[in-house]
Amino acid sequence: MGFALLLTSILTITLRAGTSLIYATVGEIYTERSGILNLGIEGMMLTSAVVAFGVAYYSGSVWLAVGAAMLAGGTLASIHAFLTVTMRANQVVSGLSITIFGGGLASFLGERLGPATNNYALVGLVGPRFSAVVIPGLSEIPVMGALFRQDMLTYVLYLLVPLAWAYLYKTRDGLNLRAVGENPQTADAMGVNVMRVRYLATIIGGMLVGVGGAHLSLGYAPGWSENITGGRGWIVIPLVIFAMWNPARAVLGAILFGGINAVQFRLQAGGTTVPSAYLNMLPYLATILVLVAMTSWETLSHHIGAPAALGVAYMREDK
Amino acid sequence: MNSERKTAPDTPVLRMQGITKRFPGVVANDRVDLELYPSEVLALLGENGAGKSTLMNVLVGLYRPDAGEIYVRGERVEINSPRDAAMLGIGMVHQNFMLVPTMTVAQNVILGIHDLAFVPNMREVSQRIRELSDRYHLQVDPRAYIWQLSVGEQQRVEILKLIYRGASILILDEPTAVLTPQEAEELGGILSVMQSEGKSVVFITHKMGEVIAFSDRVCVLRQGAVVATRNTEETTPRDLARLMVGRELLFRLDKQPAQPGSEVLVLRDVYATNDKALPALSGVSLAIREGEILGIAGVAGNGQQELAEAITGLRHIKSGELHINNANLTNCTPLKAIEAGVSHIPADRIRMGSVGDMPVADNIAMKGYRTPPMSKHGVLNRQRIGDFARRMIEAFQIATPAPRTHVKFLSGGNIQKTILAREIDACDTLLIAVYPSRGLDVGATESVRRRLIEQRDEGRGVLLISEDLDELLTVSDRIAVLYEGRVMGVLDAENADREALGLLMAGASAEELPGASSAVDEPGA
Ligand SMILES: Nc1ncnc2c1ncn2[C@@H]1O[C@H](COP(=O)(O)OP(=O)(O)O)[C@@H](O)[C@H]1O
Ligand SMILES: [Mg+2]
Repeated sequence: MGFALLLTSILTITLRAGTSLIYATVGEIYTERSGILNLGIEGMMLTSAVVAFGVAYYSGSVWLAVGAAMLAGGTLASIHAFLTVTMRANQVVSGLSITIFGGGLASFLGERLGPATNNYALVGLVGPRFSAVVIPGLSEIPVMGALFRQDMLTYVLYLLVPLAWAYLYKTRDGLNLRAVGENPQTADAMGVNVMRVRYLATIIGGMLVGVGGAHLSLGYAPGWSENITGGRGWIVIPLVIFAMWNPARAVLGAILFGGINAVQFRLQAGGTTVPSAYLNMLPYLATILVLVAMTSWETLSHHIGAPAALGVAYMREDK
Repeated sequence: MNSERKTAPDTPVLRMQGITKRFPGVVANDRVDLELYPSEVLALLGENGAGKSTLMNVLVGLYRPDAGEIYVRGERVEINSPRDAAMLGIGMVHQNFMLVPTMTVAQNVILGIHDLAFVPNMREVSQRIRELSDRYHLQVDPRAYIWQLSVGEQQRVEILKLIYRGASILILDEPTAVLTPQEAEELGGILSVMQSEGKSVVFITHKMGEVIAFSDRVCVLRQGAVVATRNTEETTPRDLARLMVGRELLFRLDKQPAQPGSEVLVLRDVYATNDKALPALSGVSLAIREGEILGIAGVAGNGQQELAEAITGLRHIKSGELHINNANLTNCTPLKAIEAGVSHIPADRIRMGSVGDMPVADNIAMKGYRTPPMSKHGVLNRQRIGDFARRMIEAFQIATPAPRTHVKFLSGGNIQKTILAREIDACDTLLIAVYPSRGLDVGATESVRRRLIEQRDEGRGVLLISEDLDELLTVSDRIAVLYEGRVMGVLDAENADREALGLLMAGASAEELPGASSAVDEPGA
């Protein structure tokens, strides 16, 4: 019984730690499916995390905060879209700029948005949060009951992930999106509005990343602290590859990261002698290793890979 | 077909007036006027680079004209995107395939259709594709992925896309360039079905034969301008050739009898699979001697591609042996094959034969750059590369603004000449040419064929894979026929007749041929 309890608690933490990653990964998958690589995730998550916390703190509404975070993520993403789609700037450079800008903006807002009583800082404040909503009955199931002891943003995922998958693979718009990322010339010649698809995919992707940021400051942490993401925005990049640009598989990668996080958390709580720096490093290291191994195996055995036009600007009449 | 044309042309379904389109450094279309009538096939004839594709890209909204007007069914229209064109019932099969390789046939067919259901019923789509492919004899599996299809099959998907959309003005940009002679003939049938349904077709080509066979009227473009519009009945191939090229053309190729020497290439019982892991070569035995051209005939997709790849080290040989100049090079690396003096003119000149985003000079130097004089201790000698490239550009008459112009800006014929320059200069023993004149105009084709014969005369072995029987019969010394990965027979080109070749290509064995099998060597003999 003790073991089952341990598993349940590990799974609970896993999902909590994985939620923000799943949002951000699904968002980035949509962006990359249109052929746009957005390396600005880290900056977008940081900005939306601070915006979410600030809005929640003053308005008292976590849902309003989530909306604000989506707005923040979407706004930063639209800058990326403008630079890369319309101005045809280098996608890597633009994305990295967004990360640097977003990170700086988040620190700045974290120092200025707070109340005078807290020296105008948000750090250390306690605000409204998404707390676990235990579903009676279902949550009693051994181990898997952990799935039903989560906060609302995690529950939304149970619906969002299948929908995101079906949208991509089963609908007209999903077909158009995938075609734009694979071969924009063809998509254009077949009557798909390449610009529009790329803008939409980038902005919607940014909004999902925003929700991921909001979950950090409203659910996982909760609260605002410098560098609240702990590099999660970067972990999303390999997770997208691991997911083979498939939203359903994004869950696996996020759970892997979240799971190792949960285990090391347990170990630390249990008072192990291993220095905590190593334990903190573990999820990142393990995620990268597993990703590399899985991905090379996948690409060798299947005929799938990155969207063929990922990172490539498109303009009619270009040769 | 010619008889079906209405003699009193009513209003044209399409009128393009004064279309001008400039690109940096070129006037691709110069005040072009063009009319298309209901139920007619209009041939748009012109050499590579004459501006045919550009004109039609303007019509489907991919290019914005600098001047000119377009009228569809009598009304002035603005076509700003392919979607606008599709709404007007205008559809185009592009010269370079517009297909998404990682998607299925069915997904490619429905891509971008404006009134498609939000959740398309793929079963119904596949069903409808099957119906249409039956009706137009365009057999293709709707569930197959594009990357699994041969070029010929991909072309069928392209045509199906238009038919599926119910386009009434169809533009086919050099559709026969990738088809076998039989498939090209079938296209005639497809065109007449379209005509009988009241559709109008613009048929782009640079082949006079096709103009005569398929079209009602012909419009000749030269250097971006219309030089003539004729009723097909009132013109001759010779007439058209002169209009197209602007001078008299010679349709003759001087060729001395072959002087074969020792064997440069020997294939013994070679087995290999294709990209779908299905058998592609099933026990191929062949030999080529120095100073001879061995032609390979066959319907596309019968192992030609895999044969060339196996010889050049690009495809794994499952069993059997490959000898080049008496050295066993079975499953050697491509570099080993290059070092053995094997040159390769690949079928796909854009993706495999050249690097579009690199200068002509670098593309020409891409084989010799490893060794002096073009490089020393791994450092490139730009001066030498430039000199070499200029010499080659001159010798092969590559029309390029400068050696540093990127290859992607050249016309197909000049890209092919660039590849020829590189491969022929590096060729020591064996030249593998896969569909070398595909899609080239008469002038360029002639120069490619001359080069092949020149290589033979200099004592190299040449393997010529072609789908053009005329080319095989005039250029090669012996012709081997491939069918389902097996050599059905090897014929002497001099005595070979088209009918025998056709039968072998369709899978008849050498013994079944009417008349003597005297001209037919047993494979491997
Ligand atoms: N997108 C483009 N950018 C620059 N030049 C182009 C482009 N498209 C075509 N051209 C040039 O316009 C001319 C006509 O090309 P094209 O219409 O493709 O000829 P055709 O189809 O008759 O072979 C060529 O010189 C070609 O290099
Ligand atoms: Mg063309």
